Amino acid sequence: MNTADQYVKAIYLLQEMENGPAATGALADMMDVSPASANEMIGKLESRGLAEHEKYKGVTLTDDGIIRARDALQTYCIIERFLANVLDVEEFRAEARELEPVIDGMIADRLDTIIDRNSECPDCFDPETDACEYLDVCGVEAETETEAAD
Amino acid sequence: MSVGYQVTSDHQLARLLQIGIVLEEVVEARAYHHYDELDEEELDEEIRDLLSHAAEESADHRSRLEAVIDRLDVDSVPFEEIEALVEAQYGQTKPEDFDGVLYDQLCNEETAYKFYDDVIEAIEASDAQFTIDREELVTTLAAIRDEEEAGVEKVTQIMEERE
Repeated sequence: MNTADQYVKAIYLLQEMENGPAATGALADMMDVSPASANEMIGKLESRGLAEHEKYKGVTLTDDGIIRARDALQTYCIIERFLANVLDVEEFRAEARELEPVIDGMIADRLDTIIDRNSECPDCFDPETDACEYLDVCGVEAETETEAAD
Repeated sequence: MSVGYQVTSDHQLARLLQIGIVLEEVVEARAYHHYDELDEEELDEEIRDLLSHAAEESADHRSRLEAVIDRLDVDSVPFEEIEALVEAQYGQTKPEDFDGVLYDQLCNEETAYKFYDDVIEAIEASDAQFTIDREELVTTLAAIRDEEEAGVEKVTQIMEERE
């Protein structure tokens, strides 16, 4: 997935968590980039009609941005589920983040044919645990596993 | 692919190649499934040849990718289980029509081509040292990518002739 898709996905998740615009600082933290880099990309997303930025409030996705973000989130869910359930990768969250830039939607669609994804996807993605709430990892649901780790 | 994405370790490289192996498994399973499920009328000699060639080529690509992974400093993945999972998944798929077979093959070849092209780009963008010689690695992957590209051209040609 390309860099713009990773950004719209991050904005979407922040909006879900905050129930409002995504703060630029939080976006930079989530993307692990400097606030200046995040601002530069927000400008690009605005010029493509995918997001709107309001000073002191943050960034909000447009309807087109939301569609792109949900597609990107679905691709991410496929990567996580594929790593966790097919390749049995314990650190599936970290590896999904690493692989996200190189696995595009077309490849994810192929991987999707051999995993069992919930029909609610991507609404079942929990931004707090960074995983699908139904994702079953070695018999333990992802959320429960994270809580235990905390 | 994201601009500037780089493969930085044996582990990351192996994971990408494992995904390549699974994609090849999917191509092989789908080709055999089409071959077995469609009747004689729908499956003429040209399509039959195309499917067997696709399945053989995927098996060959898998073994080349496995040979690379074997030389990297990583733990192995139980591919027999993954093969069984892919086969089980396609065993439940209903037979598709004739146009579907060609279109499906085109998608398979295009997806594989795109995947290898992205992986090569990510390796070339990195200055990481892998256990395997970089030039040999890129040559192996580029040869596989070129075969996928030839596959895209072949399927496209057959589709155009049959329009």
